[in-house]
Amino acid sequence: MIRLRQIATASSRDLLILLGVVAVLALVPLGVSRFTLSVATAALIFALAGIGWNVLSGFAGQFSFGHAAYFGLGAYTVAVTFTKYSISPWLGLLLGGLVAAIFGLLTGWISFRFGLKGAYFALATFALAELLRLTFNKFDYVGAGVGIPIPLAGGDSWGTLQFENTPAIRYFVALGLVALGTLAVIVIKRSRAGSRMLAVREDEDAAASLGINPLRAKLVAIAVSGFITGVAGGYYVMFLMFIDSELAFGPFISVVILLRPIVGGVGTIWGPVVGAAVLSILGEVTRSLVRDPPSFLQVIEGVNGLDQVMFGLILVLVIIRAPDGIIGLFRRFRKRSSQ
Amino acid sequence: MSTILEVKGATKRFGGLTALLDISLGVAEGEILGIIGPNGAGKTTLFNVISGAIAPDEGQIVFDGERIDRLAPYVIADRGLVRTFQIMKPFGGLTVFENVLVAAFLRRADPIEAAAHANSILEYVGLASFSDRQSKGLTLAGRKRLELARTLATDPKVLLLDEVLAGLTPTEGAEMVALVKAIRDGGVTIVVIEHVMAAIMALSDRIAVIHHGELLAIGLPSEIAKDPKVIEAYLGKEFHAPD
Amino acid sequence: MRGRSRTAIWAGLAVVVAVAVPQTAWWDLNHTVFAQAVVSGLLIGGVYSLVAMGLSLVFGVLDIINFAHGALMTITIYVSYLLFQNYGVDPYVSLVVTIPLMFVVGVGIQRFAINPVMDAPVHNQLLLTLGIAIIIENLALVLFTGTPRSIELAYARNEFDLGVVTLDFPLRVFGAVVSLPKLIAFLVALLLAGVLYLLIQRTQLGAAIRASAQEPEGAELVGIDVRRIYMVTFGIGAACVGAAGSLVLPFLFVAPTAGATFTIIAFVVVVLGGMGSIPGALVGGLVIGLTQELTQLFVPGSKFLGVFIVFLAVLLFRPEGIFGKAQR
Repeated sequence: MIRLRQIATASSRDLLILLGVVAVLALVPLGVSRFTLSVATAALIFALAGIGWNVLSGFAGQFSFGHAAYFGLGAYTVAVTFTKYSISPWLGLLLGGLVAAIFGLLTGWISFRFGLKGAYFALATFALAELLRLTFNKFDYVGAGVGIPIPLAGGDSWGTLQFENTPAIRYFVALGLVALGTLAVIVIKRSRAGSRMLAVREDEDAAASLGINPLRAKLVAIAVSGFITGVAGGYYVMFLMFIDSELAFGPFISVVILLRPIVGGVGTIWGPVVGAAVLSILGEVTRSLVRDPPSFLQVIEGVNGLDQVMFGLILVLVIIRAPDGIIGLFRRFRKRSSQ
Repeated sequence: MSTILEVKGATKRFGGLTALLDISLGVAEGEILGIIGPNGAGKTTLFNVISGAIAPDEGQIVFDGERIDRLAPYVIADRGLVRTFQIMKPFGGLTVFENVLVAAFLRRADPIEAAAHANSILEYVGLASFSDRQSKGLTLAGRKRLELARTLATDPKVLLLDEVLAGLTPTEGAEMVALVKAIRDGGVTIVVIEHVMAAIMALSDRIAVIHHGELLAIGLPSEIAKDPKVIEAYLGKEFHAPD
Repeated sequence: MRGRSRTAIWAGLAVVVAVAVPQTAWWDLNHTVFAQAVVSGLLIGGVYSLVAMGLSLVFGVLDIINFAHGALMTITIYVSYLLFQNYGVDPYVSLVVTIPLMFVVGVGIQRFAINPVMDAPVHNQLLLTLGIAIIIENLALVLFTGTPRSIELAYARNEFDLGVVTLDFPLRVFGAVVSLPKLIAFLVALLLAGVLYLLIQRTQLGAAIRASAQEPEGAELVGIDVRRIYMVTFGIGAACVGAAGSLVLPFLFVAPTAGATFTIIAFVVVVLGGMGSIPGALVGGLVIGLTQELTQLFVPGSKFLGVFIVFLAVLLFRPEGIFGKAQR
């Protein structure tokens, strides 16, 4: 019975952490500039997209290199339903998540039925995202190469999800979505569906020998994953007030999404959020370092691309030195100090 | 006693090699059936055919009154026929508890209930104190117990155990034999593949001998030990009675 | 047998199309455009083949997704560009510098960055190479800015008297224009492909590489230093893509991201041709080059659409590729 209490405490511990994290993050809008706040909002949106990626790739072990597909479908769903049919972006977020989930189910069903795994699955997801990018770039219905601007409603409005005067609200909505996403992941990880994803990630044959249908476990994962990332993409449109095929489906978006959970810790509940926080801060620090360097580094001032070089170097170092991400590093450190 | 599992004329060929030839045998509810035979005799292939990992070329497998050859492995497991693997497949990245929890979820959706069940199984097989260990860090005996615990947690009707004794020390082996007997006494039918002759003779109610993919003999351990065909083909060469 | 009869059906279909298409009115109007697409596709396809061979080797032997492959090409594009601009070194002559240089660079990357993560999960290897690509591309941006540059070969429009025939560039074949730099790139790519093939199939080093690809543990047992073979393999892979960089310089804009598009194309070719297969990469490169140009012909501005459709179809229906051995 000790074990049961552990389960209950483990869940409630994650819930407590969630409360704490939300409480701390809720303080961010106090006393930061409008620019910093919008960086923080974007960080939250990509954290949410990363939370979605983590379900498919971290929990179920199916490495996706094309999560921009879900992100972009969510984004375009919100943009199209809002601009063409005046559907509230709130409903749009839900629809966007659903469209992405259905796309995940369809393409996942085909890919998994044909036995794609590992590098081949990753390449297929990449190709699918690229196909969407190239297709959306051609169709006038979705703005083709021009993209879709969201008409400004002016002022703050909860109905149209636009907060021109009070960007803090825009940030809070993103925070709320991340909190919901994390909550969903906490529940899923403890659930039967989550346990099955982990089993399939570890060994499909062994999982099947215990009565688990691997295909179904993967499809549940891809649908949940697509939904969460789709919602993130939907909100991204309301944040940018614009979308085009490159911003929605570009390979860069896929990389941005998967970097967060990987740097934070693949397959962990907090990996995407930790990764998003660290990468955003890192990005801002290197950018401002290049923009306004200390006197002894005057030479690097305004050198285009230097921040990205540093970013790449840090990425390479993280992968070699901390292959389990920041959370893995933290755990190893705690283990060593407790021994 | 009724027959819970029946293999009817199962044949499996791999290219030119016949791994199983017209094997027929029945397993009675509540018994322990031992399957012996030299390496490459087709024992594991028989398990693969029964558990749905590969389909037989000919013949049928009947479990609980229904045909199961052609069903996917997970469907067969879901119906209550569960196997272990000779080369064990623990979920290496998960803890011992999480490994068993996965299996416990098969019959219960509620996480608290499943956790309670996983716990009692770990207690039962003597792994409770290892719950929070990473499963890849276990000893061989520990991994075999874990594999057994996982199958048990699915509440099986029939267990197929592929060499659960191989590689264990005599003490560990004796403990495992006692455990398997206890599981049978709990109402689970068991089919075991084994190399360790003394152990399987003591463990099994009946023994089937497979040689070159064919069923050579089936009967009580005492009969098998005396069967001239078996002695010639198998026991005579490899069986060294432990005094 | 089934495979062979299917091949026969496809071949038959190809013949029918080849005979029928020239009869149509569409052909009368467009055959020059069509010929141009075919010629351009084959020429660029040769370069794709060369790039993909390097990747195929790395993918097949080391089993890692190397997203830095195209970035390695960027390095030699700049090296050859600088040699040409500053010292007037012909890009084709600069091959003697870029090929060994990239071999060393490749060995270094494998030794210091990839060997430490050989046992890590696939996503870590992928990200590592992605990180290397980011570093290389942005270093190029830092050093040379993003301004696209290009070079002009003085002899690209010359007449060449070969004794038997006189070639007047740009050449015209069935109405299609064949530029000299593209033709040279194509021919040198084929030549290097042949050299690579012989290296892998006929030398002791090649045997060791093949052994390390198929049975790393077994290779280790017979005394092959697999880690070293991995380094050499990555070096050869980098040398291939490095050579391609020098070859494309005369007809490609020089920019930090110039090599990046080749990464994806190369992956498509590798999967199409069968991972680790040199002839597969050769044929796959030509097929993808053709696919790209023909798609461009029918859906202007979306040449990669057809490429990705072909890619997905191959992934689903023949993941072992044209020349790979079936594993399912």
